[in-house]
Amino acid sequence: MRAFLLVILLAVLSPAHGGEVDVSGSVELQARAFWHDPQWVGQDDQALQGSVVAITEFRWRNEEGDQRASLIPYLRWDATDDERSLTDLREAYWAFEGDDYEVLVGANTVFWGVTESLHLVDIINQTDFAGDIDGEDKLGQPMVSLMLQRDWGEISAFVMPYFRERTFAGVDGRFRPPVPVDTDNALYESSRDESHVDFALRYSHYIGDVDIGLHAFSGTSREPRFVPAADGQSLLPVYDQIDQFGVDVQYTREAWLWKLEAIARDGVTHSFAAAVGGFEYTMYQVSDSSADVGMLLEYQYDGRNEFEPVTIADNDVFVGARLALNDIQNTAILAGFSYDVDTGETFINIEAERRFGDNWFGELRVRAFSGAKPGDTTYWLQKDDYVQLNIARYF
Amino acid sequence: MKLKREIPALVAAVLLMTIAYAAQAKDDRGFEIAARSDRTDLGFGDSEVELKMVLRNAAGQEATRALRIATLEKPDESVGDKSLVVFDTPRDIKGTALLSHAKILDPDDQWLYLPALKRVKRISSSNKSGPFVGSEFAFEDFTAIELNKFSYTYVGEVPCGDLTCDVLERTPRYENSGYTKQISWVDQADYQIRKVEFYDRRGDLLKVLELKDYRNYDGIWRAHTLSMSNVQTNKQTDLLYGDYTFDNGLAENDFVKGRLSRLR
Repeated sequence: MRAFLLVILLAVLSPAHGGEVDVSGSVELQARAFWHDPQWVGQDDQALQGSVVAITEFRWRNEEGDQRASLIPYLRWDATDDERSLTDLREAYWAFEGDDYEVLVGANTVFWGVTESLHLVDIINQTDFAGDIDGEDKLGQPMVSLMLQRDWGEISAFVMPYFRERTFAGVDGRFRPPVPVDTDNALYESSRDESHVDFALRYSHYIGDVDIGLHAFSGTSREPRFVPAADGQSLLPVYDQIDQFGVDVQYTREAWLWKLEAIARDGVTHSFAAAVGGFEYTMYQVSDSSADVGMLLEYQYDGRNEFEPVTIADNDVFVGARLALNDIQNTAILAGFSYDVDTGETFINIEAERRFGDNWFGELRVRAFSGAKPGDTTYWLQKDDYVQLNIARYF
Repeated sequence: MKLKREIPALVAAVLLMTIAYAAQAKDDRGFEIAARSDRTDLGFGDSEVELKMVLRNAAGQEATRALRIATLEKPDESVGDKSLVVFDTPRDIKGTALLSHAKILDPDDQWLYLPALKRVKRISSSNKSGPFVGSEFAFEDFTAIELNKFSYTYVGEVPCGDLTCDVLERTPRYENSGYTKQISWVDQADYQIRKVEFYDRRGDLLKVLELKDYRNYDGIWRAHTLSMSNVQTNKQTDLLYGDYTFDNGLAENDFVKGRLSRLR
């Protein structure tokens, strides 16, 4: 909130400092259709569920170009599940840039990593799991960060004074365990709860065809584990203190991208390693058209025990194909298939998107789960196969 | 007679040497003209420009994109320039950026910034001949403007508008080009490229680029209208440039990948 006030202050002061506030954004209608009846007691049995997402971006930069501010409110209203409705600030920061450094104060979103099927090293921002189960929707993270650019790479340090809890579907919503997650009663290992100060350090550079990133993180785990509530009617998320080191590497050679992300984490009860790696190979202008076809193969490994937060990516193979038409409308289709080698669980994900006219954008997603037996990690999603249509208007 | 039999071989050898020498001279002249043209650009330092990209299909339907290009000159001809392309429209890709560190014969280093995820992705630059954002410009038409990326042959001189142009055939020396050759027209007054024909992998004429509306910024020439017509599909893309600014004080640190997420 302090960051928010800071940006408001800047917006008021900005005419004195010169520069202009640039406003843009989008409004998106989301319709999801489920073709199975819900699996758990309390879930809304409507097959068609709708939501609206409004994102507005206010961005300012002074005339000298060395200061900038950003304010991005994110609003989501879900007609079925109150817990899926969300008000967030994805960005609310002020930054000062020198020739080879930057200081940033406020809430920001930061992405780290190279792989497609899993974002293992991307630890700064909390996942908005209620927003999308693919883990790519994030919540703004309050921080003070310092970046230094040197000939030998970029170093960034993050001090994060406030923790953001993961969002989960409520009792009415899909994509939840047999009893809902009670996000109002989260538990913390730290006595400071969400006010524990987290730290992260990141190094990023490239040498020829190799891009490399290293990170260290110490603080509140972004992934919760769960304990049953006393009445047995809900699960309480538990956020433990962790230390983590990680590396992400991409080797880019001709049409091949070779990728690896790996972490070593001192977790709840033990230390373990996890990794995801593979390749992306693209055939350009197939059959003399302007379309590209990419093929992806990644393997996911995770060595954590059953006392750590649950992961579905413990011994899984992901294969995917990407078709980009390279037309004026940016038409693209991504189809992916994940297979758990241990349990036989599968996950199918198909995403198609294109622009309509100058300002409209449409997206179609199909996701389906199968093969899980009682006790498997995706068993509670077995009836949540769905198709989603998003129509967005940009302004 | 032994000698008699050797005479034809001798004649052939001399003939070959003459042809080779003539070809060498033609190549040298081609390179000199290309180099003279390229060097009119020398010392621009850095530049920034806003432009509109107008895409037109065969039925005449239009779509427009707004973009900005910043360029950092690397005066050494054995090293390529650095450039940053940022899209302002279409609005769904606003903020999308492409950072290129051009090389001469090695593949360029390229990073794409995807603002929706705030993700910086190193991309393969072997996609030389692919369309740049659905336009009739290929990636290589944007990045392959370094002198030493081609070998040159002098073809002749022809009138071009009010001017006289030297005509050069240039052949890409880098890998993965979609072109077998290009024919370029360079005027003899200001040494600027006025037109380029692109020949596809089959050797057929594919595209014609016309460079118009040249303006002189204290000795540095820039075309402000680039029209690329695909003669096989009848699609066309125009690049309409605004005013260039030079010596904006851009530095190496403005063209590093970490910069991509801090552009806006």
